[in-house]
Amino acid sequence: MSTKIKINSQIFQDSNNVYYPKDEVEVSDLIRELYKQDSPTEIIGNNSKSFIGNKTQSANTTSLSKISGIIDYRPEELYIKVKACTPINEIEQVLSENNQELAFEPIDFGYIKDGKSNKGTIAGYLSCNYAGSRRFKVGSVRDHVLGFKGVNGKGDIIKSGGTVVKNVTGYDLSKLIAGSFGTLVALTEITLKVLPKKDSSKTVIIYPNNFEQIYDLFNKLSSSSSEISGAVFIPEQSNDKEFSAKRNNVFKFNDLKSKVSFVAFRVEGGKISIEEKINNLKKELELNNSDISTLDVYQSEPFWKKINNLEVFEKTEHNLIRMVIPPANGSKLSKYLENNHNYFTDWCGSLFWIEVNSKKEEKIKDLKKMANDFGGYLTVIKTSSEYDYGEPIFTVDKVRLMISEKVKQSFDPKRILNPGKMYRGV
Amino acid sequence: MSEIALPKIDNSILSKKSEIVKKLSKLTNIGNVLSEADELRPYETDALSVYTQTPLAVVLPENTKEVSEILKYCHSENIKVVPRGAGTGLSGGALPLQDAILLGLGKFNKILEIDYENKCVVTQPGVTNLGITHAVQHKGFYYAPDPSSQLACSIGGNVAENSGGVHSLKYGTTTNNILGVQMVMMDGTICRFGGKSFDQEGYDLMGLICGSEGLLGVVTEVTVKILKTPQVVRAALIGFPSIKEGGDAASEIISSGIVPAGMEIMDKALIEATDNFSKAGYPRDAELLLIVELDGTESEVNELIKKVEAICKKNNCSSLKLSNSEKERLSFWAGRKAAFPACGAMAPDYYCMDGSIPRGKLAEALLEIKKLSEKYELPVANCFHAGDGNLHPLIMFDGNDKEQLRKTEEFGSEILKTCVRLGGVITGEHGVGIEKRELMCEMFNDNDIQQQLSIKKSLDEKNLLNPGKVYPILRKCAEEGRVHVHKNKDKFPDLPRF
Repeated sequence: MSTKIKINSQIFQDSNNVYYPKDEVEVSDLIRELYKQDSPTEIIGNNSKSFIGNKTQSANTTSLSKISGIIDYRPEELYIKVKACTPINEIEQVLSENNQELAFEPIDFGYIKDGKSNKGTIAGYLSCNYAGSRRFKVGSVRDHVLGFKGVNGKGDIIKSGGTVVKNVTGYDLSKLIAGSFGTLVALTEITLKVLPKKDSSKTVIIYPNNFEQIYDLFNKLSSSSSEISGAVFIPEQSNDKEFSAKRNNVFKFNDLKSKVSFVAFRVEGGKISIEEKINNLKKELELNNSDISTLDVYQSEPFWKKINNLEVFEKTEHNLIRMVIPPANGSKLSKYLENNHNYFTDWCGSLFWIEVNSKKEEKIKDLKKMANDFGGYLTVIKTSSEYDYGEPIFTVDKVRLMISEKVKQSFDPKRILNPGKMYRGV
Repeated sequence: MSEIALPKIDNSILSKKSEIVKKLSKLTNIGNVLSEADELRPYETDALSVYTQTPLAVVLPENTKEVSEILKYCHSENIKVVPRGAGTGLSGGALPLQDAILLGLGKFNKILEIDYENKCVVTQPGVTNLGITHAVQHKGFYYAPDPSSQLACSIGGNVAENSGGVHSLKYGTTTNNILGVQMVMMDGTICRFGGKSFDQEGYDLMGLICGSEGLLGVVTEVTVKILKTPQVVRAALIGFPSIKEGGDAASEIISSGIVPAGMEIMDKALIEATDNFSKAGYPRDAELLLIVELDGTESEVNELIKKVEAICKKNNCSSLKLSNSEKERLSFWAGRKAAFPACGAMAPDYYCMDGSIPRGKLAEALLEIKKLSEKYELPVANCFHAGDGNLHPLIMFDGNDKEQLRKTEEFGSEILKTCVRLGGVITGEHGVGIEKRELMCEMFNDNDIQQQLSIKKSLDEKNLLNPGKVYPILRKCAEEGRVHVHKNKDKFPDLPRF
């Protein structure tokens, strides 16, 4: 284990010895010094998501939280360039004033952490690459990053990409940085593609009878040219009274029946086209004689916020799993999860948020095997206080780990940045 | 043929040619190894045909295992390898080297699986871009990226170049439309990134490979996302009396919140050239022509068409025609799609440039290009993917005239520098290849380039896979004063330079 070092510089350090560089030059100076002294550092932003991933094997902590602010926002060019630790709230606010948004619908992990909103910074969010409900239609965080600047593990300031959407100049490092958990560069600047906000939205609720029907609905929804921008399945877990009460409380809406399982899909756009799409979908899904209800825009918007805040798992003290699989295997997975774990399904049958009781931790291994067999993967997003890390929280095969080690080496040869945050050796 | 610096030829490899050919013939079917001069000729160039090189040999493996064994052998014997898809690349990415094996993926031409439930197609890399759409269109699906060469270009080549097309503002480029790849590394290791599910955890190695121009691995299988064909597609053909008014209208369409499926701009020179060539019925009096395509449900498209119409009228359009049938919509595109052959009909050769600029800088860019056209005394016509800022000036010249070719290359290079100065990039979709290698220093400094080279080195330590492409010869950059090399000390003395 490395020892904490005191570097000879002007960089601000608080009473806990956390470094707060104020700009990219200070980040570069700091990392260059740490590189010289072989002394790794944890990299944090506003600490909203630092609970995700392994604990880093480092003695120092560097907070990039002072590197914040909007650099250049061009609504007509559909991009915003910000300093890396600009809060997502601040970005969403300024975009909203111009009727634009981050289309990947950032998840607010504050609710599962401590029961209140804390979206954190864009750098933290990009480092995790976890997109919200609209992902299956618009892409993930990585699909919305046009470029970045940052400091690699040797202290060199590097950049990649630019501000234009069509750019094939050199390797696309923006993709590599997305989801790298701060192990390749300390980000200092990020340019994002932004998109117009949709005029309105409505959500249709269906109360299906069995899993086959649910995944058949998902399949038809994703096969329709009347595009939807969100589709979830929220099961009723009557065997867990506490969770069931919480779930019914979270999804309390005038036009939503409580205490039953439901599928919800969202249609966004102009008001006339929303009606047209819903009518088309009702025909395609053969819903005209089914039990359905519709959430108007005033219910639809808060409904999807609750989904993307993971509010049913608010302040969970258990393990929270994020599993992504090809949607055709969704029905099999749902059958297994029923009566075993609390969960819900997003991304039209691809994404599963699963709560594994801290007393049943050995089940994570089974779930991981299932994820692999289904052609997907899982991540333990939040661990219970008793989690012993016997089962790694990320999924990686031997060859990908070998290549990841090589890539890590090329950015950060001495493993200065967030070592061990993802995998041992990376 | 134009001169270009290429990696130093390894004479020891040349002298072992017959031995290498013999060994390759054991690693794949003997008929898949070509080594005679007349057999090699078709492989001497890709679509950047001003540069030609004869490869040592061509090998056309039939499966991933063969690719792996060939690469493993080349790796152990220090033989360079240049991968090639359909050879339609415009930046010379598949230009052979005299001491390198050209690895053609042409026999990887099968679609392996169509999975409608997971909305994806698993295909071999030699299948054409359009071939994927053809395989699924009877069920109402299609593959979104549509480079203009989609009839001929291979999906493996699309992955290597991260190809786009006219619909990339709304639907993204290749990187946004693939779910997984199987790849063989230079040492023969077979790896798989992604699959049929979204967003693989950990480093996005698929994202790194996409657009890496065959420098990091040879893609042997691709899983692409398929989308449902939109219900209604309509286009508007709009003429403007000035570049500024047309450019402003295009910017306003975007800033009003419309995301068109496609939005193309042509300048007067190209309007005339294409209209002469394809009789598309374009407004010949217009200084600038805008084609806007909208897709979605019927009411959605009608709503958007009205908004586009209002914006164009506000910006003083001189003509406006809306497509009322599929036939009419295709006729609007007929001229644009014939832009390249139309220029080909006007001069013995044309050189297609590929910069990206911020959309709002179009008028400024076109004005600058006009000045350069006068300076170099070479005619130029411009088309512009206005949705995503991708500019394609077509310089017309006579390739037999060495001086004109030199001037054309210089003109092209100045256009790309202008793109960078306006906040854009040197290549939007054609790739860097050998063509724009030396311009990388316009965009990147020493640190940026060293970081990229260091990734290359980590995955291909001996620099055997497609060497001489994408990255500049450092000395030249340094000589031009764009890269700071302190006291002639290279930060990576062990990195191969050529």
